[in-house]
Amino acid sequence: MRTPVFLLVWVAISAVVFAGSVWLGNDYIFFAGYVVLQYVVLGTAWNILGGYCGYVNFGSAAFFALGAYSSVAIYRLVTENDLYGLPLPLLMLIGGLVSGVVGFGMGYLTLRLRGAFFAIATLALAVVLQTLVVNWDYVGGSRGAYIIRPERIEPIGNYIQYLFLLMMALAVGALTIARLIEHSRLGYGFASIRDDELAAEASGVPTLRLKLIATTISGALMGMAGAPFPYYIGYLQPSSTFGLDYAVNSIAMPLIGGTTSWVGPLIGALLLGSLQQIATVTISSAVNLLIVGCLLVIFVVIAPNGIVGLVHTYLQRKPEDFVGRRRVEAEMPGKVP
Amino acid sequence: MVFSLDLLINAVVSGILIGGFYAAVTSGVSLSFGILDIVNIAHPAFIILGSYIAYIVNANLGIDPILTSIAMMPAFFVLGSGIYQVYYVSFEKRGQESLRGLAFFFGLLFITEVTLVLYFGVDYRYVEASYIGPSWHFGILDIPMRILVPCLVSLLLTAGLQIFLTRTFVGRAVMAVAQDQLALRLMAVDPIRIKRIAFGVSIATASLAGAFLIIIQPVEPSVGREYIGRIFAICVLGGMGSLPGTVIAAMLLGIVESITATFYGPSWAPAVSFGFLLLTLAVRPAGLLGR
Repeated sequence: MRTPVFLLVWVAISAVVFAGSVWLGNDYIFFAGYVVLQYVVLGTAWNILGGYCGYVNFGSAAFFALGAYSSVAIYRLVTENDLYGLPLPLLMLIGGLVSGVVGFGMGYLTLRLRGAFFAIATLALAVVLQTLVVNWDYVGGSRGAYIIRPERIEPIGNYIQYLFLLMMALAVGALTIARLIEHSRLGYGFASIRDDELAAEASGVPTLRLKLIATTISGALMGMAGAPFPYYIGYLQPSSTFGLDYAVNSIAMPLIGGTTSWVGPLIGALLLGSLQQIATVTISSAVNLLIVGCLLVIFVVIAPNGIVGLVHTYLQRKPEDFVGRRRVEAEMPGKVP
Repeated sequence: MVFSLDLLINAVVSGILIGGFYAAVTSGVSLSFGILDIVNIAHPAFIILGSYIAYIVNANLGIDPILTSIAMMPAFFVLGSGIYQVYYVSFEKRGQESLRGLAFFFGLLFITEVTLVLYFGVDYRYVEASYIGPSWHFGILDIPMRILVPCLVSLLLTAGLQIFLTRTFVGRAVMAVAQDQLALRLMAVDPIRIKRIAFGVSIATASLAGAFLIIIQPVEPSVGREYIGRIFAICVLGGMGSLPGTVIAAMLLGIVESITATFYGPSWAPAVSFGFLLLTLAVRPAGLLGR
């Protein structure tokens, strides 16, 4: 499928989903759907670096929060100086820019070394950025920051529907970028790094440059996902924005879905995201995080290629194999090769 | 902020003491990450587990937390060996440790934390022991016993580990397995068994470190996360698997953190370790006493 066709198909699917949700007429669908879509973006963004290049990023929450807090900072700047507010898509671009730059900077410092150092640095990045935000009174410090969400926006109407649409557009964009990368020189370069970095380097693949590109794209997408978050939640607090649940979810979703293609994070995010929404309502939010953690461990141990891998191996088993094996078994009982 | 010599001296001394405690926290990771090359980012979770066990026993039976944690070390050793076995079979054998192995440990960290939250809530827990309250005064110096005792026991632990690694057969085998697994196999030693033992020892130190942690400060399940940056910063700065290097790096970080906390406020302290880590990675990735 060519990229424009792919994009059109997804725009059509999004339109159907949006129209269906409007038709159901319950705002909760938009609130829940926004979170699931946000995880689609985070999972896909994580997978660009984690799945394609094989570099683990534990700091998804940090990049996400960078986007969210750049929105808060701009909001404060605008309201204090009585300026005209920036539109959300622009805020998303700014959030993406900030996160992308931070991702690039950190990648530049740590990606020249072994992969584990990058993972550890991202883990520490979340703690440090949280420290900075807690000490930065302008964006609310440890008390948190309020953002007043407009009631309505023209021409869409309800503001939550507007947020939902924006996140859906970002999700479609992220999926398209992921798929575009997968089938390009860039994607093959990423795959060569994942499979054998030394061999790739020796064959003339510019590994550092490719890794930096992946980190920047991945970080920028996470920041873009975070930028509208203050408008969604209304009250932004450091300990929840930097919470481990964003980090664990954006890792668990691609790993459970499957890391080698854009479909994996999508499946993982839709599945886990919806599951969590249901579990939060019916059981409790702590238990649903425990479920995600357990699923993550179970999947990496038992099904290393995720759901996509499971389906793939299932489809590749030919019916003749079973017939043949049964015949062998019937002829020589107990001696199955 | 008025700069006073008294304050500075006190900050340096308490930094050295805290550094001794950091050495205990890090020695396990120096063993697993530094020597065995297993990126066990779940180590702080095991430390917190150790803290909670010390807390439960102390709250119910009134037994000293350090004694409890020493008694618990064999159990932690078995736990560590079991985890290494799973890790080896699922990841190391298949050559997938870099991505899925990391995710595995991250999942363990997460599960431990959430389980503790579910059972104990997010309240701060603390222990009681005779040495927690008082402190010693030498002129301008002020040494709280609650930090001095963990520091001394921790130095004993590190020294013991160093002797284990350099003097005993198994310890030398651990050092050897890091260098050449095949050569070890040719000497008729099973490298997987050696690694299992070493990882078990590394987790066993977490039991003791957990007791120190809850003696020094009240503990709640997510405290461990603050230590991830510290632990790996110290481990890298110390030269990856060199225990003397670990002690020096731990004290260095302790001093810098303590000075930062004294003169700029304690809320900035967590950022110090990250700065340390990035600076080390950028300037001297081999660490202070790197091989």
